[in-house]
Amino acid sequence: MSKNRPNPRPGFVLEVDRQTPPILFHHGEGFRMEKLPVGRSRVIYPPEPLHGIKDPDAAIADALANPIDDDPLAELMKPGMKLTIAFDDISLPLPPMQRPDIRQRIIEQVLDLAAAGGVDDVHIIAALCLHRRMTENELRHAVGDRVYEAFAPYGQLYNHDAEDPEGMVILGTTKHDEIVQMSKRAAESDLVVYVNINLVSMDGGWKSTATGLSGYQGVRAHHNVKTMRHSKSFMDQDASELHRSNWRQGEVIKKSGPRIFQIETTVNTNAFGSDGPMSTLQKREWEWTARDRATFAGMQAGLKLMPSGAKHKAFHNWKAPYEMTSVQAGEVEAVHKKTTEMVYKQHMVPVEGQTDIVTMGLPYLSPYNVNSIMNPILVTVQGLGYFFNLYRGKPVVREGGVLIMSHPTPWEFHPVHHPSYIDFFEQVLADTTDPIEIEKKYEKQYAEDEWYRHLYRTSYAYHGVHPFYMWYWASHAMEYLGGVIVVGGDPKAVRRLGFKPATTLNDALEMASDVVGPAPTLTHIHNPPIFMADVQ
Amino acid sequence: MSVSKKLAGKRIAITGSTGFLGTALVERLMRCVPDCELVLLVRPGRRSTVEQRARREIFRNDVFHRWMEELGDGDRKAGAEPFWAQVERRVQVIPGDVGTDGLALNDEGREIMSSCDIVIHSAATVSFDAALDLAVEVNLLGATRIVETLQDLEVTPHFVGVSTCYVAGNRRGDAPEQLLTDSPFHIDVNWKSEVAAARRTRSDFDAESRAADRLEEFRARARHELGAAGTPLLSQKTEQLRQRWVSEQLVEAGRARAASLGWPDAYAYTKALGERALVESRGNVPVSIVRPSIIESAWAEPVPGWIKGFRMAEPILISYAQGLLKEFPGVPEGVVDVIPVDLVVAAIIDVAARGPEDPETVDITQVASGTRNPLHYRQLVDLVNGWFTENPLYDKKGQPIAVAKFSFPGRGAVERQLDRAHKSLDRADRTLKRLPLRGKQAMLNAQVEDQKDQVERAMGYVKIYGAYAECEALYGVDNLVELHDNLTKKDQAELGCDPAIVDWAQYVTQIHLPSVVHHARVKTTPTRSDPDDRENRTRKKVLSPDRQLAAFDLENTIIASNVVFSYAWLATRNMGPADRVKFALKTFGEAPALLALDSRDRTDFLRHFYRRYDGASVAQMEKLGSELLADHILTKAYPAAVRRVREHRALGHRTVLITGALNIVVDPLRPLFDDVVCTEMSVRNNRYTGELLSVPPTGEVRAAELRRYAAEHGFDLGESVAYADSSSDLPLLDAVGYPVAVNPETRLASIATKRGWLIENFTKAEGPTNRILPLGPLPAYKKSRK
Repeated sequence: MSKNRPNPRPGFVLEVDRQTPPILFHHGEGFRMEKLPVGRSRVIYPPEPLHGIKDPDAAIADALANPIDDDPLAELMKPGMKLTIAFDDISLPLPPMQRPDIRQRIIEQVLDLAAAGGVDDVHIIAALCLHRRMTENELRHAVGDRVYEAFAPYGQLYNHDAEDPEGMVILGTTKHDEIVQMSKRAAESDLVVYVNINLVSMDGGWKSTATGLSGYQGVRAHHNVKTMRHSKSFMDQDASELHRSNWRQGEVIKKSGPRIFQIETTVNTNAFGSDGPMSTLQKREWEWTARDRATFAGMQAGLKLMPSGAKHKAFHNWKAPYEMTSVQAGEVEAVHKKTTEMVYKQHMVPVEGQTDIVTMGLPYLSPYNVNSIMNPILVTVQGLGYFFNLYRGKPVVREGGVLIMSHPTPWEFHPVHHPSYIDFFEQVLADTTDPIEIEKKYEKQYAEDEWYRHLYRTSYAYHGVHPFYMWYWASHAMEYLGGVIVVGGDPKAVRRLGFKPATTLNDALEMASDVVGPAPTLTHIHNPPIFMADVQ
Repeated sequence: MSVSKKLAGKRIAITGSTGFLGTALVERLMRCVPDCELVLLVRPGRRSTVEQRARREIFRNDVFHRWMEELGDGDRKAGAEPFWAQVERRVQVIPGDVGTDGLALNDEGREIMSSCDIVIHSAATVSFDAALDLAVEVNLLGATRIVETLQDLEVTPHFVGVSTCYVAGNRRGDAPEQLLTDSPFHIDVNWKSEVAAARRTRSDFDAESRAADRLEEFRARARHELGAAGTPLLSQKTEQLRQRWVSEQLVEAGRARAASLGWPDAYAYTKALGERALVESRGNVPVSIVRPSIIESAWAEPVPGWIKGFRMAEPILISYAQGLLKEFPGVPEGVVDVIPVDLVVAAIIDVAARGPEDPETVDITQVASGTRNPLHYRQLVDLVNGWFTENPLYDKKGQPIAVAKFSFPGRGAVERQLDRAHKSLDRADRTLKRLPLRGKQAMLNAQVEDQKDQVERAMGYVKIYGAYAECEALYGVDNLVELHDNLTKKDQAELGCDPAIVDWAQYVTQIHLPSVVHHARVKTTPTRSDPDDRENRTRKKVLSPDRQLAAFDLENTIIASNVVFSYAWLATRNMGPADRVKFALKTFGEAPALLALDSRDRTDFLRHFYRRYDGASVAQMEKLGSELLADHILTKAYPAAVRRVREHRALGHRTVLITGALNIVVDPLRPLFDDVVCTEMSVRNNRYTGELLSVPPTGEVRAAELRRYAAEHGFDLGESVAYADSSSDLPLLDAVGYPVAVNPETRLASIATKRGWLIENFTKAEGPTNRILPLGPLPAYKKSRK
């Protein structure tokens, strides 16, 4: 970290002209360089990473001592109390950050305060809701070896189990009849300290506890097609039904649940670092130096030669040099307001108007395939769920427009992590791709399946219902768009998803013009690093 | 006087009535000779009475359709007696066997037999590749036994014996209607010593087949075919192979003996000696002999093209049309002596009506076309070729099959050509069987086996029929023509037997070939037969709600793993990097010996291998179990197989896993199944002993376990499904009504294909990298120390 770094430049929109070099598209475990049509294309670049806090530990200590709308954490620690520390799971941040992880920094300080306050009964829970359990190595990475070895062997550090019949309680229902469900240990605690890493604006707030520590009964209130289609977008809290539902559940937690002490942090977008081979990915193409170009060419050549296993390993071993940009603690909603401000500060890029087409290059990673395989359903959710919804106001593409995403989309699944995905792909999608029909016809069967339940609880599998949520996540985009084209994907897999396969971007543009008319306008989302389009 | 008048009120006994010629004879007599009665001598079936057999094999045959139609309903048509009433009134079926002295008649049978006026003997083993002793018992001794029984009963009905023109032997030139002993080419052999020799040959070969080295050879072959299928199945197969070997030797012996005496095959040889035996032993029974040549489908009666069975020239024609037989030996200018069945039937009836010419001698009537109305080989080939060119058969892909032009090579050339093809296919078969192939690659072997079978069949045809095609004898038919000429005009039209009536071009192209193609049930339309269709139908049956139980093997059926891999994973889980290398090297070193043991006997292998768990801590193994599921079992699982188990459960079938794998490995999979039967290891002081509590459920033990399980829970195995991957699972697959071969290895692939079982090729989830030997992941503490 150099001391005299220039101030980060904001994100901006580049109009493509004759001088514009080919643009970088992420393409799974690889990249494509694409020339965009001159005169009718634009590229949205993310803001540069904000500077991180120089002394994160001091900032954390300060936040815990001076919380927002709450008492200092030290004062909340009482001998004989039941304390539960819950933390965000493997899906945050993306990619996983270099050691020490922010969660480790915070949990160590919280534990110090608890020890000082004479608290003995401490449980540390990975708040993964219906996500897969974290492995020992992943837990060690998140909380650090010291915390792991002090708590895990005694059964005090573990993964949340939303299907433990003895381990879950219902706290009540909202005025919309939404059930609020929570881990029994958390619900019965005198204090729940939630440790969050806020990567995008949908994270954090009441979603941390109302979703993270909940189970199928709780999340089905908002993890459904109707809610997702009324969240425009789910990244924009003011327009998100998902957000409102979580907040309603938060009301119930406030009234009937344990006391929550929320600690939220934000990180910058320094996913690929300022030096090293990956740093080129974070630069704007026309600013690439000769060295950048050589590095990139070398990387491309290397990737071509690498066997797929080695390539997969190389990408997934990457740990991001993220820096913490803010930390705030205290009352959930007040804390989250500040957090959201910081997220917007890092992410927001003003964009004017919509285009006929949006293009995006999907990277190797989504929240659900850390140390795993990005299967076709995750490709769908990455493009139509996450990237499409990174907007405020309205999407960058007009209604009835076409989304073109680039990803190899192999017909590949991780049999341990995604067993129900395999069956969803082979059975459900072979029948229909309509989210409403899928929800009606298949959700219950998968959600209550004993085998998936067994794998979720004892192995490292996402819950049986999880692939459905992925499909719902994409349902707003599916309803809104006139077509989806996947460039460079396995044609069979792409067709199974209900999308159209194209070999090259030019082919895709040709195909898109059948839907949106000739000479269409185009926006390319230069993500990652992540940003959010503020569309006027 | 007309034939029907002559035969009115006569009681006619018939042997061989269930055969092609016999059935036609029964029909013709019933329809055209209204006032005769029939006594049918029928061999009792294994599970049916003679009445049932006659009903099924004679009266329900489509040969009667015409007459049934003519009779109408019986009620509406005044005066006409319904079909079944006529059968009831005019036909008596009695149990009897011409292969046994005294015809195995009971008292009633003897009484009925003694009341007959005419006996028509048409029972024969016509199969051209019959075992020598069988042909001798039926063909040689059959007629003699009948006349001896008649003498015993002290009756002298007119005996009409059906023989064959080919008794004249392989020779060129005229073969008139005379007794063999009257022929200048007659070879004097004693038929009694031939009978004794044939019987001795059977016991000789039987004795030889029981010699230690022979039995060892059969066992080796059984093992080659079935692999490690367990002792009961292997013994069953071995005994089958032994019996097959004996009868193959007897077929060969028959062919050799016939050839040595100048007959084309054992059929002609035994028939020839049968005629001599008959002449010698007939006593005072008046005897007529009718000798047809090659009997083929009907010219006109009851309908053109009628045929029963499928065993003479038909297989050759179909093989030719299918492109399988590209050449057939023969002389282009030679005569193919074919005679439509209705002419033979008519001749027999005419002879029976006429009665013996001279009670002192035996009269002979040949029913052949060669001299009176010859069909030349070239003409036949051209007609067949032309017809199949216009009406081709279609292959599986819906493509028409082009038929080859014959070049009339000698028999040797064709045999050599086929022999070469057979040898190379045989090599391919052996090689493929030795390779450790599975799934789609293993199916290749099934194809090779299929081709090999086809070539073997073609070789058989050439061997058997080649001799006939090369036979250039000309059979005189003077007696036949005289017989025909002596009929009334009306009888000449209805029961005429002059072969001159046949128009060969019309017969071949409009009558015989359409009939043969129809009976062969081959593809005559270009619709593409979709193999997936059949597969889907079979799959639907497997997944029908009517099924009750679904049994699954584990290794290579549900997961692509085996006991060695699981052990490797468990053993290395807590090892450091250096120990792992040592472990891997040691295991690879042992691999060949382990594999060899496994392919010999699975139970021995498991017992031997599981010793390695000796001393393993129970608690530690239990802890590792769920990790094993995640890191090893699920990574190696076939998602489609797991889905299939759950599909069965959803359908309400009971699912049970029956595996030789250890409980440690299987436990994490328990929730997938309703029940699990696996190998359990004994425990002492909280440590495994490496010794098994019971015989591991593999091979026949697995089938026994399944039977026990089904009986205990009241399931019908006929309504059950079993999934397995290897021929060692044959007992399990054989035990159920709906076996499914999953990613079958070579032997099972061929067996499953032959038996029409559902074959599923389940694949692993794409993605996780393949490790040659799966080792447990490095423990985190060892990793962080690095």
